[in-house]
Amino acid sequence: MSAPAPTAPSAVRSAVPKGHGDLVLRFRDVAKAFPDGTVALEGVDLDVRRGDFVTVVGPSGCGKSTLLRIASGLSPATSGTSQVDAKRIGYVFQDATLLPWRSVKKNVELLAELHGLSKTATHQAALDAIELVGLRGHEKKLPRALSGGMKMRASLARSLTLDPDLFLFDEPFGALDEITRERLNDELIRLFASKGFGALFITHSVSEAVYMSTKVLVMSGRPGHIVDTFEVPFGPDRTPELRFTPEFAELAGKVSHALREGHS
Amino acid sequence: MTTTAHSPEETLVTATVDTPPTAPTADPVLTGAGTAPLVKRSGRGRKRVTDSLLPIAVFAALIGVWYAITYLVLDPGRRFLMPAPHTIITDALFDGPTMDKVLPALGRSIVVTFTGLAIAIVIGMVWAIAMSQSRPVERSLFPYAVALQCIPILALVPLIGFWFGYDFPSRVIVCVMISLFPIVSNTLFGIQSVDRGMHELFTLHNASRTTRLLKLELPAAMPAIFAGFRISAGLSVVGAIVGDLFFKQGDPGLGILLDNFRARLQGQELFLTIIVTAALGFAVFGLFGWLAKVAVGRWYDQSRDAG
Ligand SMILES: Nc1ncnc2c1ncn2[C@@H]1O[C@H](COP(=O)(O)OP(=O)(O)O)[C@@H](O)[C@H]1O
Ligand SMILES: [Mg+2]
Repeated sequence: MSAPAPTAPSAVRSAVPKGHGDLVLRFRDVAKAFPDGTVALEGVDLDVRRGDFVTVVGPSGCGKSTLLRIASGLSPATSGTSQVDAKRIGYVFQDATLLPWRSVKKNVELLAELHGLSKTATHQAALDAIELVGLRGHEKKLPRALSGGMKMRASLARSLTLDPDLFLFDEPFGALDEITRERLNDELIRLFASKGFGALFITHSVSEAVYMSTKVLVMSGRPGHIVDTFEVPFGPDRTPELRFTPEFAELAGKVSHALREGHS
Repeated sequence: MTTTAHSPEETLVTATVDTPPTAPTADPVLTGAGTAPLVKRSGRGRKRVTDSLLPIAVFAALIGVWYAITYLVLDPGRRFLMPAPHTIITDALFDGPTMDKVLPALGRSIVVTFTGLAIAIVIGMVWAIAMSQSRPVERSLFPYAVALQCIPILALVPLIGFWFGYDFPSRVIVCVMISLFPIVSNTLFGIQSVDRGMHELFTLHNASRTTRLLKLELPAAMPAIFAGFRISAGLSVVGAIVGDLFFKQGDPGLGILLDNFRARLQGQELFLTIIVTAALGFAVFGLFGWLAKVAVGRWYDQSRDAG
C-alpha cells in the first residue's frame, strides 16, 4: 500500500519562528470535490493566528475532517489557496492512533524520532510532554492498558513534543464520556494558555466549542461552507463554572441556532 | 438464577421441584435451579472433574480400540500391521539398535526442517516486503506465489531430483517450496492491513519508505507474520519427510526410515518412527507458537486469531 502524496500543491509552507498574533493558517476560497463528484467544501475562508483557538462546528459529513486534511497537506484542495506558516503542525485525530506495540513513552517519542531529533532531545521532549498531559507514572504502559482519556492524553503529548505553532484537532474528545471530556477540555485550555499555539478545533458539540474557543465558526451541511462566525468574549482563565453562566448559555444558544439554520 | 419478585404459587412450584421425592424425573442440573449457591459450587467442581477426566477417558478408549484390533481382529501372523502399544515401547523404544537408527534420522530431519524453514522465512519475507512496497511489483510477483501454492509440489519432485541430485539439497528445496506460501501471504497481508490513520500519521511527518517499513509496517505485521511462521513450521516437517521419501541418497532421515520399516514389515519400529515424526511436528509448531508469544504476546491478543 503506497503512501498518499505528502503535500498539497496549493499549500505554502514557511519556517519563520512565530510570535503571538502571527498568522499560521489562511484559507482563501477553498473548495474540495472528490473524484466521485461529492463536493465536500465550497468557498471556505478562515484565518488562524497564534493565540487563536478557532473551533468549527457543523453536522457530520459537512466536510470538517476534509478541512483539516487540506490544512495539514494530507489532501489537496481542488481550488483556492491554503497557506500554512507554521514550522510544525500538530494533528490530533479522534482515534488516538497509538502504535500498540510501543509503550506510552515510546509512542510519545515517535514524532521526534521521525523528525530526526537526537536521542537525548527526544527523551527530554517526551518526558516534558508526558508531564504536561499528566501521564507521569504511566510511561511504561502499553496502549491496551490505557483508558480512552489516557490514550487521548498520550496522543496529545506525542504532538506536543514537536512544540507546534499550529494544532489541528479532529473531534479529539468525541469518543470520550462527558466527565473525561470536560476534564480534558480544561487541560487543553491550560496547555493552550501556556503554549500560545494557534488551534483549529473540530467538534460537533456546541458546548465544547463555546467553552474552548476564542472564535466559533459554524459550518453548513454539504457542501460545507462557513455560515456564521462568533467571537467568544470569555478570557483565557476559564473554569467549569463558566458553563453555568447566563452569558455562556446565551452564546451557546446563538451557535445552536446558527447550526440549525445552516443545516436546513 | 435467583428471582427477586415472584408470586407465592411460583415459589411453591420451585419448592416442590426441589424436593427429590416429588420430582423423580428431575436430573441434577434441574435441581440446581432452586438452591442456587450451594449446588452452583458443587456443579462447578463436578465440571472441573469432567474437564480433566474426559480427555483421559477418550485417550483410554482409543488405546482400548487399538488393543482390540491387535488382539481380536488381527490373527497373530498379521499383528505387525498394528502392533500392541506396549510392544512399541518394549520392542522399539527400548531397543538399542532401533533407537540407533531413529535418533540420528530424527537429527537429520530436524536439520532439513530448520534449514528449509530458515530459507523459506528469508525468501518469503523479502518477497512479500518487495511486493508491499510497490503495486507493479506486487502485480508481477504475486501470481508466482499463487502458482507455488497451486502446483502440486510432487509434480515438480522429479525435476528437482533431475537438477539438484537425490541428496540433502533436494530435500531442503522440497521443504522450502512447501513452506514458502504462508510466509509470503501472511507477511504481505500483515503489511497491507496496517491502519490507515497510522499511515497518515507517518505521512504527516514526512517519514521515508524505509522508516515507514521499519517503524510501522513490519512491527504492525508481526502477529500475522508469526502466524505464517507457525503454519509454515508444520509444513516444513511435512516437506522434510516428503523430501526424504523421494531423495534417498545419503544418510537417511525419518522419511527414509519410515519407508524402510514399512518395506521390512517392522511394525513396532514403523509405529515408533511415526510417533517420533508426529512429536517433531508438534514440537516445531509449539516452538513457533511460543516464539510468537514472546515476540508479540505483550501487545497482541493472540486469542483473536485462534479460529
Ligand atoms: N475520499 C473521499 N471520497 C469521496 N467522498 C469523500 C471522501 N472523503 C470524504 N468524503 C465525503 O465528503 C464529505 C465530508 O466528509 P468529512 O470531511 O469526513 O465530514 P465530517 O468530518 O464533517 O463528518 C462526506 O460526505 C464524505 O462522505
Ligand atoms: Mg470527521
